[in-house]
Amino acid sequence: MPDTNPNSAAVSAQQVNISPISWRRRVTDHVMTGISVLTVLLVLLPLFAIFAYLVYRGIGSINIAFLTQTPKPVGEPGGGMANAIVGSMVILAIASLLGVPLGIGAGIFLSEYGRNRYGDIVRFVSDVLNGVPSIVIGIVAYGLVVMRQKHFSALAGGVALAIMMIPTIARTTEQMLLLVPQAIREAAYGLGVSRWRTTLSITLRTATSGVITGVMLAFARVAGETAPLLFTAFGNQYWNWKTDQPTAALSLQIFTYAISPFDEWHRQAWAGALVLIILIVGAVAAVRIAVRHGTLAGA
Amino acid sequence: MSNQALPRPRFNAPEPEPGSKAALKIEARTTPLLQGKVSEVPDVAFGWAMRLCGLAVVALLGLIVYQLVVGSELSWHAFGWKFFGQSDWNPVSDQYGALPFIYGTVVSSLLALVIAVPLSIGVAVFITEMCPIGLRGILSFTTELLAAIPSVVYGLWAIFVMVPILREYVQPFLARTLGWTGLFSGPPYGIGMLAAGVILAIMIIPIISSITREVLIVVPQHQREAVLALGATRWEMIRMGVLRNARAGIVGAIILGLGRALGETMAVTMVIGNRPEIAKSLFAPGYTMASVLANEFTEATGDLYLSALIEIGLALFFVTIVVNALARLMVWSVTRGQPARSIA
Repeated sequence: MPDTNPNSAAVSAQQVNISPISWRRRVTDHVMTGISVLTVLLVLLPLFAIFAYLVYRGIGSINIAFLTQTPKPVGEPGGGMANAIVGSMVILAIASLLGVPLGIGAGIFLSEYGRNRYGDIVRFVSDVLNGVPSIVIGIVAYGLVVMRQKHFSALAGGVALAIMMIPTIARTTEQMLLLVPQAIREAAYGLGVSRWRTTLSITLRTATSGVITGVMLAFARVAGETAPLLFTAFGNQYWNWKTDQPTAALSLQIFTYAISPFDEWHRQAWAGALVLIILIVGAVAAVRIAVRHGTLAGA
Repeated sequence: MSNQALPRPRFNAPEPEPGSKAALKIEARTTPLLQGKVSEVPDVAFGWAMRLCGLAVVALLGLIVYQLVVGSELSWHAFGWKFFGQSDWNPVSDQYGALPFIYGTVVSSLLALVIAVPLSIGVAVFITEMCPIGLRGILSFTTELLAAIPSVVYGLWAIFVMVPILREYVQPFLARTLGWTGLFSGPPYGIGMLAAGVILAIMIIPIISSITREVLIVVPQHQREAVLALGATRWEMIRMGVLRNARAGIVGAIILGLGRALGETMAVTMVIGNRPEIAKSLFAPGYTMASVLANEFTEATGDLYLSALIEIGLALFFVTIVVNALARLMVWSVTRGQPARSIA
């Protein structure tokens, strides 16, 4: 803490011949502190505004029909987003199936085999991949899957989201594995355990909770993504259980309804947004609890 | 004296019955974990499988580049470099120029930075230098919560809450006070470049402030103490001892925020107005590279049209790659090789 005691400043000014803290400097100090507090308030304001308004508009619009029915045509009241909720889950499941093993594998490579130049390249590339705009990933998934299959599909959406998950999972897995003390690995080697068993059953298992946190971080990030789904999953007004057909997604449905001119659809967009956030937070919380208490608990 | 003269130690414990639980325990403890020769095959196979996963990350980047380059070939042959200099975007006559979109992306992102940078640095400074320890965790958690809201929800909120506020209060005020600059003139629609800039700013503040915070934390404590010992006030200590030392890292954080703003799609598409025009006024509607992709990609009927859109995607990709690489290097230079935390 700065010493602003005027007495000590006066004494030192007499003895050492330096000027005491001037009025101007003290005011500047207080003004800058005030500005800094003000910025915090200004940043928190939209956060609370968004959450409050979301809950306020969303709660009033969620009902049983919203959660169990498919969208109704324009003009008819009622209808819901049940197919979009299920569609989002299907797309996210595909994305996780593809992205999580590959991401964790890349993380293991970085931490256990990649403490060299090749590792540095992969590390840099995954950081760069992390910054690629999601809409560009959508174009790539369109070229990879949609062009080959000749139609939009849940699979294409899943591939796009998986590509977005991999770099995040790889980097957090790496950091979590690096936190595991070297002595634990050496203890396993000393018992004659082979390297791959050590990595999977000792190192990875010790870091389980951290790795899962990273996976959930990646999951939460892609769960609300809309841009890469626009021309991969495409959206659907009806139920669809085939992974090679256009599939509805919650975020897509929110977008379509938000830019429409109908009040009824606006209402449903808010309900959809609230459901989306509840689903994301719920999934993350459920996995966190499972990690802490359940069978997934690390060593 | 020889060892043999010593009495042999005596164990009084009885031998466990063979086959009993205790005997099994002793057996388990004394048997080597792995008997016989250890095969090296699984070890080598596992090592290469993991290397393959690492390689896959690099291959992914290669795949992205390949897809974009091949997809945009047609448009590249038709327009060449002129593609980025023409402002004509007409699917009917098959004329494509990306200039209005580049302009929209650059202006909306810069506007977002102008708003977000002072706020984010203020928040980071408050959290690291001023705030009581108990509040610190809550505040960083809350600012990071902002980053967890999906882009489409920001857009939704922007359409129904932010845009009306801009239209009713902010834009008339700006037109009255700063209208003479020409930046704030024309009818206040609410929707337009200004709305895009403001919502982008709200979205990139968490990124810039959380990385700035990390950079400020690694400034050595003795730097602060040295400046205070010279009689500085707290603000002077922050300015001279902290911010000056963390300069490169803060610039890196700002550039990372810029990278995010350049590629942001949904929220911007919902409020920018989507008109491919270059207007001086920030009240006028615009269009960005990302939003033209979002709006027109599925509707692109002709091959050249699709190719032109993919070329916009390629340009966006390269710009964000360069911006991100630059930012990473700057943040790394401050945090001394410790990787910057992934920004989700």
